[in-house]
Amino acid sequence: MMSAIAIEDPGLKGDPSEALRRMDSIKKTRVEMENRAAANEDWIALMERVRDHKDRAAFAALFEHFAPRVKAFLMKSGAAESLAEECTQDVMATLWTKSQMFDPTRASVSTWIFTIARNKKIDALRKLRRPEPEDLTWGPEAEPDQADALVLRQESDRLTQAIKELPDKQRELIQQAYFGDLSHSEIAEITGLPLGTIKSRIRLALERLRHAMG
Amino acid sequence: MSYASGNLAEGFAIVVASHVSMCDDCRARLEGFEAVGGALVDQTETAEVAADSLAATMALIDAAPEFQPHAAKADRVLPNPIQDYLGGDVDAVKWRAVGGGVRQAVLKTKDKTKVRLLSIPGGTAMPDHSHRGLELTLVLQGAFLDEDSRFGPGDVEIATEHLHHTPVAEEGQDCICIAATDAPLRFRGLIPRIAQPFIGI
Repeated sequence: MMSAIAIEDPGLKGDPSEALRRMDSIKKTRVEMENRAAANEDWIALMERVRDHKDRAAFAALFEHFAPRVKAFLMKSGAAESLAEECTQDVMATLWTKSQMFDPTRASVSTWIFTIARNKKIDALRKLRRPEPEDLTWGPEAEPDQADALVLRQESDRLTQAIKELPDKQRELIQQAYFGDLSHSEIAEITGLPLGTIKSRIRLALERLRHAMG
Repeated sequence: MSYASGNLAEGFAIVVASHVSMCDDCRARLEGFEAVGGALVDQTETAEVAADSLAATMALIDAAPEFQPHAAKADRVLPNPIQDYLGGDVDAVKWRAVGGGVRQAVLKTKDKTKVRLLSIPGGTAMPDHSHRGLELTLVLQGAFLDEDSRFGPGDVEIATEHLHHTPVAEEGQDCICIAATDAPLRFRGLIPRIAQPFIGI
């Protein structure tokens, strides 16, 4: 009896180096997350320098990091290289001109850039108007709270991690739905998967993300 | 999520943007979906930008006009996403009478979705507007009653071709609402897209 239990206990079974590897990978994940949190904090600090001091060096640093990502996003959405380049410049210029609207308690820098890029994408690719919600304004006492900004930053990092940990198939569908400018039926056509499968996978993926953010 | 990712038809996007302007809960949900987009941008690969890209961007910035925030006036009836199409609040709307005291104004969209602003006197039934696809109706002022449900300011009714209904404006103030409909073919794909949680029904 005792030995049977011992054999089934995964902690005592098999190669001890396996357990070490697992520990190692957990440690690595933590270091990665800390690095990313630090990076995220830097983007916010840079964004605030652009907003408050019209700091061109800070803007150049943001540009260097985000412009190539915005361009890749636009090209994935079907923009030709030259249009994507033009549109990227437009997105990055908006980052500066609308910097007073950046609020670190409501969006990370990358989320904010995503929303700008998405709107420009619609303007440019579809020649449609993008109806946008009203902006929220801050009263004199409603200065964004540092603690709120910190919470949002940590949540952004957890979200990034949660997306990384999604099963490949779910992550691909989420990416297609966000970047590919595709409806669910179009995704069905391309992947050959039944529409119901796609919907349930996307729902599952969002459900998992929600759970991870619990 | 379709609105967050930018894949919703223009007419429905007007309704969603207007609803989000009136509903903090849905704004928070929309921001949640947008955060997923931001996290994906973080993880995406990169594409090389032109050598003079930063300089060109700085030139755009130097040439850009001063930015004006797009915030709402406290006493507005029409949320800004609708005012942007009509050129102002209710007093600027060029109404056309469609019978029974009901007036409408059409918002010009560039895709197949049709969007109409309606003003219905209290106690009057909605004009007969058979819809073959999906219809989203957002109440902006007053209220309407439909069977046993009441829809007040900020509420959205989602009607499909299977729903037989006779909405009636509640007694009192004129009921002002905005209704978006699509082409019949869009029907199947759109239901699950619209039913995403940021419209709270």
